[in-house]
Amino acid sequence: MANILVIADQQDGELKKSTLSVITLARQLAQRTGGAYDIAVIGSGVQGVADSLAAYGAEKVYTITAPAFANYLAQPYTNAVKALAAQTGAAFVLGSAGTFGKDLLPRVAAAIGAGMVADCVSLAGEGSTLLYRRPMYAGNVIATVRVNTPKAVIGVRTTELDPAETSGAGSPLEAFSVDPGQAGARFVKFEGTKSERPELTDADVVVSGGRGLKDGDTFFKVMEPLADAFGAAIGASRAAVDSGFCPNDFQIGQTGKVVAPKLYIAVALSGAIQHLAGMKNSKTIVAINKDADAPIFQVADYGLVGDAFKIVPELVEKVQALR
Amino acid sequence: MKILVSAKRVIDPDARIKLKADKSAVDSESVEYKVNPFDENAIEEALKLRDEHGGEVVVVSIGPDDVTQTIRAGLAMGADRGIRVDVEDKALDSDLAARIFAAVFKEEEPDLFILGKQAVDGDNNQVGQLVAEYLGLPQACFASEVSIEGSEAVVTREVDGGLETIALQLPAVITADLRLNEPRYASLPGIMKAKKKPIEDMDLDDLEITDTALKVEVLSLEEPAGRKAGVMVGSVDELLEKLRNEARVL
Ligand SMILES: Cc1cc2nc3c(=O)[nH]c(=O)nc-3n(C[C@H](O)[C@H](O)[C@H](O)COP(=O)(O)OP(=O)(O)OC[C@H]3O[C@@H](n4cnc5c(N)ncnc54)[C@H](O)[C@@H]3O)c2cc1C
Ligand SMILES: Nc1ncnc2c1ncn2[C@@H]1O[C@H](COP(=O)(O)O)[C@@H](O)[C@H]1O
Repeated sequence: MANILVIADQQDGELKKSTLSVITLARQLAQRTGGAYDIAVIGSGVQGVADSLAAYGAEKVYTITAPAFANYLAQPYTNAVKALAAQTGAAFVLGSAGTFGKDLLPRVAAAIGAGMVADCVSLAGEGSTLLYRRPMYAGNVIATVRVNTPKAVIGVRTTELDPAETSGAGSPLEAFSVDPGQAGARFVKFEGTKSERPELTDADVVVSGGRGLKDGDTFFKVMEPLADAFGAAIGASRAAVDSGFCPNDFQIGQTGKVVAPKLYIAVALSGAIQHLAGMKNSKTIVAINKDADAPIFQVADYGLVGDAFKIVPELVEKVQALR
Repeated sequence: MKILVSAKRVIDPDARIKLKADKSAVDSESVEYKVNPFDENAIEEALKLRDEHGGEVVVVSIGPDDVTQTIRAGLAMGADRGIRVDVEDKALDSDLAARIFAAVFKEEEPDLFILGKQAVDGDNNQVGQLVAEYLGLPQACFASEVSIEGSEAVVTREVDGGLETIALQLPAVITADLRLNEPRYASLPGIMKAKKKPIEDMDLDDLEITDTALKVEVLSLEEPAGRKAGVMVGSVDELLEKLRNEARVL
């Protein structure tokens, strides 16, 4: 009977690292409320994920694996989380603010009569006054909000929280069976973006390209060697994605992914506020742009004015020489 | 087919946001309002589907008197009529907005409700999902492609890791992502015509909504800590030197 329920984010039986940062927030919340947390893993082929999550100090790790849950659909997943939360007595349901959580969590909030805090970056308030901080206006404002309902659903923006370390004895695993109810929808297909590179949201280094890279061919010709040299993930501005240089899930920004790597190298992108919203909490920012007045230089620790087609190959060569 | 779309007015997304002196709210003196960009995508998609399949597009907005202009913007793009639900901005949270939309939906009984995936002021990304749950309808969020095939809406969604396609039984709820389409500009005749299109004003009583308690309340706002000023470097060598010895990331 833990008061907190963490919904794990996984894809094809692989745990998303963001889940570990959600566990970090769950631990803080458990401390504040004198409670504990359970973890739920939903999907097919998720036994490995559940096993690995058993090492993170949860009271229990629940698995929900009926065929109806093989592919994500909002209604069956909502029904499952609602039923599980009712059984465990959870007052808080937490998940990461990736597209899975963004789709599911509000629906869960409506189903259990809870207020929903989207993109929570940290807890605030003191003692029994529990408050939450979240960005608004593309990160130009940080709001402190209160949930007035006894229950709360929290979508966690995980970039500002360290991933949890393993702790305690292994949590018991329990299969939870639940009626998926009406789906009202059916899965048709998934076209994945395959990549050998680290996930954008997990990577220590992100190199990110913009419209200035001209086309898809030249985008990859410039960015791939750069990513190789730094062991980086590749991101992009919206303009680069819209122009078809690269897949949609490369997009970084207010409406794409939010990243905060140790090193972010922005290449031939101007630094619109919507882009900055997704990367300005990176530890070190490097900007390469031919326009000395580009707004990206205002957030860059190191700016280099010039032609990316000349600078990047030189940078790649010299970094390789260092290694 | 009948399609309901939502349109929210937001402070110009490219403007610099300033807080009021007491940090209670964003300074809305002399700001310019625009239609939330994602809602323009929602309206555009609704118009395309109507033109293909026939029917009607109804634009809904919740807010004070001046959101009538937001609805007019949708009508000028080509929507057929509008509904404004009169509630002060401060008296709204995502949940109440969703319950209002659910009530409007029940009155209008559309085949499809298209919202933006996110309003770029609060960045909540939740109203569409909440509405779908309140109505017990299937949802497809972050849509980049929509087509109607028989009694289903087939929707491609932009998700982490790629593109997912699902088919929804109508009626259904869809939220629009930016790559769904290129919203049209209102033409001059469109703007003239919009002035004569009907906009119905409603309030919470009309929709029989009595529970107006906010589930989530914003208590205070602050500006995030700024970054310390960086430096310009003159060469790749200098950049590498800084990355090694100052930032220590190499
Ligand atoms: C509602 C909304 C949401 C949005 N969400 C996002 C988002 O999530 N993420 C996002 O990125 N954007 C987002 N945008 C778009 C954003 O406003 C900008 O349009 C976009 O970020 C611009 O991309 P860019 O910097 O690649 O292109 P541009 O602004 O065109 O910049 C290209 C840059 O490349 C430089 N350049 C050109 N050639 C070279 C060269 N050879 N060498 C070096 N530099 C060169 C130019 O000087 C210029 O600065 C959003 C917009 C809206 C309205
Ligand atoms: N007050 C409102 N009036 C009209 N539409 C709204 C309102 N609030 C939210 N919406 C719609 O809900 C979508 C998602 O908003 P949000 O969940 O607040 O980010 C927006 O793109 C709008 O289409």
